[in-house]
Amino acid sequence: MSGVGVRGAERFWVIVLLLPTLLGLALGAFGSIAATIGISLFQWDLLSPARWVGFDNYLALPENRSFLKALGNTALFSAMYVPATLSISLVVAVLLNQRIRAVGLFRLIYFIPVVTSPTAVGLVWTWIYSRDKGVLNAIVTTFGGEPVHWLGSDMALYSVVIVNVWGAIGEGMIIFLGGLQAIPRDVYEAATIDGASRFQQFLAVTVPMLLPSIFFQAVLSTIHAFQAFDYVYILTQTGNGGSSLPMLVFNIYREGFNYFRMGNASAQSVVLAVIVLGLTLVYSRLNKRWGQHG
Amino acid sequence: MSVVTASAPATELPTTAFLARHLRENIWFYLVLIVGGVLMVAPFVWMVSTALKPAADQFTRDLIPRQVTFENFGRAWELMEFQHLVWNSFRIATLSTIGQVVTCSMGAFVFAIVRFRGRDLLFVLLLATLMVPYQMTVIPQFIIFRTFGLYGTDVPLYLPSFLGGAFGVFLLRQYFRTIPIELLEAARLDGASLFRIYWSIYLPLAKPALAALAIFAFMNSWNDLFSALIYLPSDLEKTTLPVGLALFQRLYRAQWALMMAAVIISIAPIIVAFFFAQKQFIQGFAATGIK
Repeated sequence: MSGVGVRGAERFWVIVLLLPTLLGLALGAFGSIAATIGISLFQWDLLSPARWVGFDNYLALPENRSFLKALGNTALFSAMYVPATLSISLVVAVLLNQRIRAVGLFRLIYFIPVVTSPTAVGLVWTWIYSRDKGVLNAIVTTFGGEPVHWLGSDMALYSVVIVNVWGAIGEGMIIFLGGLQAIPRDVYEAATIDGASRFQQFLAVTVPMLLPSIFFQAVLSTIHAFQAFDYVYILTQTGNGGSSLPMLVFNIYREGFNYFRMGNASAQSVVLAVIVLGLTLVYSRLNKRWGQHG
Repeated sequence: MSVVTASAPATELPTTAFLARHLRENIWFYLVLIVGGVLMVAPFVWMVSTALKPAADQFTRDLIPRQVTFENFGRAWELMEFQHLVWNSFRIATLSTIGQVVTCSMGAFVFAIVRFRGRDLLFVLLLATLMVPYQMTVIPQFIIFRTFGLYGTDVPLYLPSFLGGAFGVFLLRQYFRTIPIELLEAARLDGASLFRIYWSIYLPLAKPALAALAIFAFMNSWNDLFSALIYLPSDLEKTTLPVGLALFQRLYRAQWALMMAAVIISIAPIIVAFFFAQKQFIQGFAATGIK
């Protein structure tokens, strides 16, 4: 354990300096988690006193159609978003790790959507996806197709996945570049001498050595997928405040902050957290099993 | 802490023959990267193109506007009274940034240099909160802020930033640990207090990492839609840019040229900052990948 021991008056400063973090941890994180679990056992609209209902909020979920729809949408969304983000950002990172020019410029370009506000950029996408005059439908009709209702309930899932993947490639790229640069060059040189093509090197050297980064990014992407909200809110909101693609967080937002059904919203949040935790555990199991053989 | 840097460019003088060979060998890499890059920037290009068109031309499909105008920016600014939105976003983001930089550096300093019982367990618990979905904590916090009459004010948007945070503490702790411990020991022999060592030695030496955290915190707050949506009234004078834009979408449906101008106004500060401080922006994200 590195670091210095402290004595006497120095303890005072340790406590003062650590206080905000400890408060954040106790109240902001663990206290709030416990409170969310607690609230999920009540029925509470914040106006009348909370009423204890035990597990009723959870037991009602399998019959709650809007929750089931949101859960299904979120699952489908994740099943497309996570692999697409991982594979595209991995390819971009591998290409940028070659001895090529203008790496800085490419990295800048791929990273811009990560720093710009999803709400703002989401509006640009609503314009691109617009049914009547949008540029995407202009392209479709130029080639003789029928205008597509990109953000209608049939297509919204795919359209929103595309925007989210587009917005996340830069982040994955940076994580993978970090992992790639940790791979010693001489491993590749040895593989080249053995006559391995660049593609063979990718499969035999890069992917195995990058497995920890890939699993880490998989966990991160899954958390992002289950928390997807901003683009969903901007791209799919309908006139009545609903959504053509309701996802879990959107549903929690509606239940909790539009209808003030705090117990119900808390129960859905707990389910969301348990799913994310479960998937994280699965990833770490896989990482342990496969990562060892790298 | 390593910054992700570009692989070193070839050191030979780039003669024409060399360049030609380089291009021939790597043509597919360049092609894929360029096509991908075009897809990445295309929405932004279309945004700028639309914003520069007169309202009457907004549905023309020209990439280069037939007639360039800047009137959309002025009109969007007036319609939305952007001065309130920008000021609210700026004020909240600045306060959040101060809160994060001050309290995370305090916590990180202790985790980096002080040895105490339970430190490692505490640090692991702190890192574990990175995996907790935001929705798992927001409902009780909402109820508490509402109980204290702070619902509808901007306090809930920046106050949590004054309670540290796993990401900032982790980022700065990694950096603090690279500062030679001898500096600390010498200062302690001279009788400097821990606070003085933190304030006069560690903070000045950690400027690059502090800058990365500041940028990260500012950007997150500037772009935050969810908190503004639940805590602030949907009122152009009181809310922030993301909610303002969402309102714009409903108020001025299908006025795309105006809307694109509004979008540009709201992302311009971050884009400009990004071009000037690319390294610090990327550093924040790269740090999450370091195990």
